[in-house]
Amino acid sequence: MSEPVDQEELSLFRDSVIRALETEVAPHYEAWEQEGIVPRQLWQTLGQAGMLCVDVPEECGGCGAPFQYSVVVSEEMSRMGFGALSTNVMVHSDIVAPYISHLANEEQKQRWLPGMVSGDLVGAIAMTEPGAGSDLQAMRTSAVKDGGDYILNGSKTFITNGQHADMVIVAARTDPAAGARGISLFLVDTTLPGFSRGRNLDKIGQHSGDTSELFFSDMRVPSSALLGEEGQGFVYLMQELPRERLVIGALGVAAARGSLDMTIAYAQERELFGQKLAQLQNTRFEIARMETDYRVNKAFVDQCIRQYEAGELDAPTASMAKYSATEMQCRVADGCLQLFGGYGYTSEYPISRNFVDARVQRIYGGTSEVMKEIIARSVLGKV
Amino acid sequence: MSVEQPDIDLFQTMINRALEQEVAPWYEQWEEAGEIPRQLWNILGQAGMLGIDMPEAYGGAGAAFEISQLAIEEIARQGYGGLASGYNIHANIVMPYILHLGSEAQKQRYLPAMASGEVLGAIAMTEPGAGSDLAAMRTSAEKVPGGWRINGAKVFITNGLHADLVIVCAKTDPKAGARGVSLFLVDASLPGFSRGKGIAKIGQHASDTAELFFQDLVVPEELLLGEAGRGFAYLMQELPRERLGVGAQAVGASEGALALTLEYVQERRAFGQRVADFQNTRFKLAEARARLDMARAYLNQCMDRYHRGDMTATDAAVLKLMLTEMQCDIANDCLQLFGGYGYTREYPISRFFVDARVQTIYAGTSEIMKEVIARSMLGKA
Repeated sequence: MSEPVDQEELSLFRDSVIRALETEVAPHYEAWEQEGIVPRQLWQTLGQAGMLCVDVPEECGGCGAPFQYSVVVSEEMSRMGFGALSTNVMVHSDIVAPYISHLANEEQKQRWLPGMVSGDLVGAIAMTEPGAGSDLQAMRTSAVKDGGDYILNGSKTFITNGQHADMVIVAARTDPAAGARGISLFLVDTTLPGFSRGRNLDKIGQHSGDTSELFFSDMRVPSSALLGEEGQGFVYLMQELPRERLVIGALGVAAARGSLDMTIAYAQERELFGQKLAQLQNTRFEIARMETDYRVNKAFVDQCIRQYEAGELDAPTASMAKYSATEMQCRVADGCLQLFGGYGYTSEYPISRNFVDARVQRIYGGTSEVMKEIIARSVLGKV
Repeated sequence: MSVEQPDIDLFQTMINRALEQEVAPWYEQWEEAGEIPRQLWNILGQAGMLGIDMPEAYGGAGAAFEISQLAIEEIARQGYGGLASGYNIHANIVMPYILHLGSEAQKQRYLPAMASGEVLGAIAMTEPGAGSDLAAMRTSAEKVPGGWRINGAKVFITNGLHADLVIVCAKTDPKAGARGVSLFLVDASLPGFSRGKGIAKIGQHASDTAELFFQDLVVPEELLLGEAGRGFAYLMQELPRERLGVGAQAVGASEGALALTLEYVQERRAFGQRVADFQNTRFKLAEARARLDMARAYLNQCMDRYHRGDMTATDAAVLKLMLTEMQCDIANDCLQLFGGYGYTREYPISRFFVDARVQTIYAGTSEIMKEVIARSMLGKA
């Protein structure tokens, strides 16, 4: 599917991402966490810095870079402790944009992708519903055909980028009787009447992550907004979910690196009981345990990235990447926080943010339990 | 010591009423504000919740220690982790220190005022550079005519923002190591006393946690608590009770988290069935129940030993280690069963999770507990 990525060039790109984040994000991130949202303008800034949707083809405004480049952007955000931002950008660049690149017709691509690359348009995807959670088959939002249009009714929750989104990919039922085959996807322009946003949900972490409920009330959407074919929504979701889960896993690995780096530095500096914290055997063994945990998971996720690029990543393997890497991320954040003692519980020390930011990674994009069920099915079949 | 059931019921009713009327309607706001209004302590005092087991002669209710533990457990069970910590410090640590170590005049001066909530207590051991390492303490108290002059800084002081009275640990003899530490009853209105701003935390938001600074603060001689140079021995002596309080908090919070989750999983449906009907859910909650029952049995055993006066530092360390680690595990597993809702502040389980995390850190980290336990078997390294 693609040429092997030149790792040297990739590392140059990584450096440029780090520099951009140091200038554009690091000085303000605390303030955004306090405000509970990133400024809308940040999207344009990231777009100008060439950090959004970098693997979108050139003819759609992107730079047609390999997938690994796109992963690097959210990875670095995650590693540098900007958990909420990495989630926002991942949804925009690594979930929404690929749906369009892979499934949209030319007109739809031209309408949405250049703006998503520049940051003029923010993308979101709305699958989860208040009553359904990870159970996509229980979806109730409906899209009823009316002449040349569809009328959307329903509500979605936990929608990342919900407050800022200019376009939302909405999964809705076009045929209530057809079960999984009755779901379709729509590219919904949020300026159309009938669309409304709930408040930005208050969470225990990822505070600057914009997470909202969305409501569709007799919202008239033109048939040109249908993404792919009617009734194929569930198939598309299944097809795109591996990438989403892989990237969540990659974020988990990167965040764990960030937690470890700050903890190693702290342990070497902090004096306790007349010696460096790093000299106590418990610290050494904990760091050893976590470094191992990190490396094993990184190796697996890296392998999955290569498989994805080769078009060979299957759903159970992607689920393993998400399940294993996010559980590892939480274990590492927890173990690292403990080594900081009381400081680790204060907001002043970034390890505390890594801890609370990590917790949702085992939940969104399909919970660990859903991942286990997918893996189990590949081994044992359905119950 | 056995406690009569009617007594327990009576206090339980009183505690629940006080929490329902005085805490529940506003707790969210306090979490947002990052502190509890000072006034609440007076209200809790009027409701008879402060100094439950202090003698009536000192303004207490003269009830059994079990009842005091019940209050902490209940506050934690209802999900007020920040309040539970502040309460624990005031009523279960500072008041007993004064009762056990104070002179008659000190008891008369502070205990009734603490029972009414007029005086709020805090205890200042931890220092910025030292953490759990009490022997590395730097705050000094130098003898001056008529008293002691204190200089230094303390950090992570629960109730630090509002405290009227702070038990300060300071070195009175810099050369004597652990034997050079003394305790002082420091009135926060004295010149030379200052507070930093509240420390922002990832949980227990309503609990105020502050840095305290002492600059040439002179404490009159009569406010030395116990004898000079015995501070470390006193800390050791009072640790069992302090850790019993943390243990009650852990058991209460775990019960609360489990109760919320049991309710949620029986109501919530996923994939065509109740979440409660998935084997994973059932087993996770069964594990929680089993661990909680074991924990409570150990807590009860420690309470019995405490009453007999033979609860050891090792017992206290085992208790704190196991119960607080259990609390974190249960809160973590329960949150997971709530899915995305568990990550939102709207669902109280999320508060149980973040509030729990500091329990394995403050009042001696889990690592310190392990070292204490290890020393009981292996001696010092």
